[in-house]
Amino acid sequence: MKDVKALLEEMKSAPYKLVEVAAPHTGVVEHVLTEPGTKVTGPQGSWGERPGTLLAHLERERNKKAIRAPMRGEVEKVFTEHAGRFVEAGTVLYTLRHYLTKDEVIQEILKKTLYLFHAREQAKYYFFPEADTKIKAYGPQSVRVRDGQDLFIVSRMKRESVLPYSGPEGMIYAVYFKDNHSVEAGQPLIGVCPPDQLPLIQDVVNRVKSEWEERG
Amino acid sequence: MDIEKRIQSLAARLKYIQDIFAEREDANIELLHSKLKDFTDNGGAMSAQEAARQVEALEDLYAFLEKKLERELTPMDKVRIVRHPQRICLKDILENVYDNYTEIGGEGEYNIDPSVLIARAYITRRVGGKVYNQPIMVIGQEKGHGEEFRNGGSVKPWGNAKAQHYMQVAETENIPIHTYVFTPGAYPLEDYPGAAQQIARNLYEMAGLKVPVIAVFSEGGSGGAEAIGLADVRLMLSHGYYSVISPEGAAAIEGRLRGGQRASAELIETCARRLKITADDNRTMGYVDRVIQEPPLGARPEHYDFFKVLRSEVIRATDEVVLNVRGWKFFRAMTLSAQRNKRNASAEDIYVRWTLSAGARDRLVWRRYQRFRRMSRHAYIDNSPLTKKVERLAREAGWSVYSFFKYDFFRKHKKKFTHMLEEIGSEFQVVRDKAAVPLRWARRALAPGRAAVCSEEAGKSLTELSCWDKGSCDTPGVYVSPQAREDRVLTCTNAETHGCKDLWAPDLFGDFAGVCPTCGHHFRMEYQWYLHNVFDYGSIFEFSRSVESGNPLDYDGLSAKLEKAKAETGLKSACVTFEARIKHVNVICATLVGTFRGGSVGAAEGEKFVRAAERARKKHYPFIAYVHGTAGIRIQEGVNGVIQMPRCTMAVRRYIEAGGLYIVVYDTNSYAGPVASFLGCSPYQFAIRSANIGFAGPGVIKETTGLDIPPNYHVAHQALSRGHIHGIWDRRDVRANLNQALQTMGGRNLYYR
Repeated sequence: MKDVKALLEEMKSAPYKLVEVAAPHTGVVEHVLTEPGTKVTGPQGSWGERPGTLLAHLERERNKKAIRAPMRGEVEKVFTEHAGRFVEAGTVLYTLRHYLTKDEVIQEILKKTLYLFHAREQAKYYFFPEADTKIKAYGPQSVRVRDGQDLFIVSRMKRESVLPYSGPEGMIYAVYFKDNHSVEAGQPLIGVCPPDQLPLIQDVVNRVKSEWEERG
Repeated sequence: MDIEKRIQSLAARLKYIQDIFAEREDANIELLHSKLKDFTDNGGAMSAQEAARQVEALEDLYAFLEKKLERELTPMDKVRIVRHPQRICLKDILENVYDNYTEIGGEGEYNIDPSVLIARAYITRRVGGKVYNQPIMVIGQEKGHGEEFRNGGSVKPWGNAKAQHYMQVAETENIPIHTYVFTPGAYPLEDYPGAAQQIARNLYEMAGLKVPVIAVFSEGGSGGAEAIGLADVRLMLSHGYYSVISPEGAAAIEGRLRGGQRASAELIETCARRLKITADDNRTMGYVDRVIQEPPLGARPEHYDFFKVLRSEVIRATDEVVLNVRGWKFFRAMTLSAQRNKRNASAEDIYVRWTLSAGARDRLVWRRYQRFRRMSRHAYIDNSPLTKKVERLAREAGWSVYSFFKYDFFRKHKKKFTHMLEEIGSEFQVVRDKAAVPLRWARRALAPGRAAVCSEEAGKSLTELSCWDKGSCDTPGVYVSPQAREDRVLTCTNAETHGCKDLWAPDLFGDFAGVCPTCGHHFRMEYQWYLHNVFDYGSIFEFSRSVESGNPLDYDGLSAKLEKAKAETGLKSACVTFEARIKHVNVICATLVGTFRGGSVGAAEGEKFVRAAERARKKHYPFIAYVHGTAGIRIQEGVNGVIQMPRCTMAVRRYIEAGGLYIVVYDTNSYAGPVASFLGCSPYQFAIRSANIGFAGPGVIKETTGLDIPPNYHVAHQALSRGHIHGIWDRRDVRANLNQALQTMGGRNLYYR
């Protein structure tokens, strides 16, 4: 069993993720951002159409390529020793500190504590009628699942088949699909947690929602 | 009570004047303001008689100063007049100009598009003791005095589709169409049927409508106006405007503003003046036939006399169109012509039946084509000497005569003869094949020696160095892109998602034809690449070279920009027209070159396109429009540019109806006017994978509709999924695909098969 609280404390002690920005290929580096602590943004816009902050240029064979920040945060370290020099692919040019948001923290905790059951193929997924009624009336956590239980109806091209749940026994904590929406293969359908851990996870999630301070 | 109403009316007139003149300081407006204020401040203390006398004096003063202010109106003031909520709208016209009407297609906002209003209306005439009811189809944009759901008269694609449908209904019913243009421009949505494509369909439909069409322009905003503006007679209200772009849009382009920045009022004012958008300007240039005089400072719903004038004008215009194509007209035509210059002459004194016979219908369409063909001839430069012009006309006449004899006169007899020759040829072929067996055997025996020579040549070509200097080792017929002469590497746009390797420019733009070998992404290539790789070597023969882009409006800075473009590209306009062959099939091709002022279409480009379509019709050749790139209509040419939309569409329709095959191929970026007319109306439109096709760019869409547009909104595949184009071709396959298209598609007059 995972110690969820310890997990949260661990994240609180380092509420960020370090992101290394490396040279995608060989070339001569020209730093644009040189000051540690500078705030940067990742791609923005509804479709990520506005590119992230320009960090550096990498030139190879008169092909000058922009290296941009992949996500929001601040510059932790600039490897200025590479400035104006030829570097190999994979050479780290910057380290960015990306401060975790509430959602990211919750997702991280859930990823480590829940068992995710994935879609096998691209199709529309529905719960079995018994489970569906319960979920609609009392929420997903009212349903207990066990290995081999018929839980899903897979609908594809007007043909329907039954998909049994396989995995550890537990409560459904989160549902990741919607009725009448097509789910791609490999996407999670439900997250299952052991029944005794449910109150603990809920408590931690509530704490994150109320206490976590977002930075940057 | 009466006094109060009159004062209220004066206050409304003052507010209207202030709106029209914006924030401009004017002594006359100040005077009106202070006089009205004096009266409202002191009127309570006056006797009723004195108050009535003062109000009358005030009304006289208002009338006098309104006339005075009328003379000070600038083009931008007129733009504000037509946009004002008090401006007459189509409903007012239906109420006051026609005797009865039934609105078709909706009630208020419960309508497929409330910005388009369609009505079956009646005009009743009493002539010689008889009453005649004459039905008309009325189509127009409805601004609804500022009603929000009317969208300011900005019509969505399905609204224009509705208009097209009822044009067809009118044609079936053989009744005239009156269109009223009250639009700032079309609503730039790409959703099916598509803003551009639907306007193109409307234009194509109107180009061949076999009923009289009368258009009245109040606010004529570019493509939106053209969707219902192609008419036999074009009338314009004296305070209206008809323009290629709104003055604000022109100012944004002039000032190179982006991301919702606003242009200064002075720049907008300047652009409005330069674009020559007023009724008088358009009358002078010949794009409208008559100007209908409005009351001072523009017509408003309470100006009943104006509606009387408008009624008379539209009736007279319809009578004229009908009589011009009719046989029996003598005295009535003379009377109408005499009335035209008389004040207070009523067009309802004579009766003209508005239904047309079959012959008259054909004459009507022919006259409409001739009318638009004559337009904008002053707007381009043609320095060819008179002898050349005469020679061209003689040659065209020669093609017509030749085509008549070859394709019409001898056709029936020739068919039998050809069939007989085919039979004989097939028999001979069998005999020849049998006789050639020993020869083939001998050729095979000699083959190894030749193979050795070939391999030596191949080896040599593989070990030779690249040709970096232009002309150093150019072989005839091989085009080397200037981009391929640079020793550098490029990264494919899809490198991150598809793992494409960096590409060396000489490989990419030389051997790979500008196509990424990993993902198939198409880099931009020059139009010359197509000329060299699509058409047979040495088969290109350019014509209409003497037609040159000019600056018909003397727009500041355009002449210099044109000179620069001409020097850089070596072309005289953005349109190159030529005859060529594709795998031995003769074709006519009109190319819009994206590097010449963005491939924008002005009078010269339009004229060249029309001539190319006419040449294709006369010579019975397929007609290909290769759009290397076009940014739209050249705004600096104003209506001289916009008018190319109907002109070219009519030429294309004539060509297609004569049995021709018209294929459009889009490359790079194709937007706005040309797509919304002579390109978008083609039944066969194909795009090369590098193409972006649309009506308006993302910036304009955002500004007009408030919608955010995804980055791939205009790419060719989106256009294909919306049904705007009919196929996407790989650049490397264009020649083969065009040949395939020529063999499998198209009109009945193509005899190359």
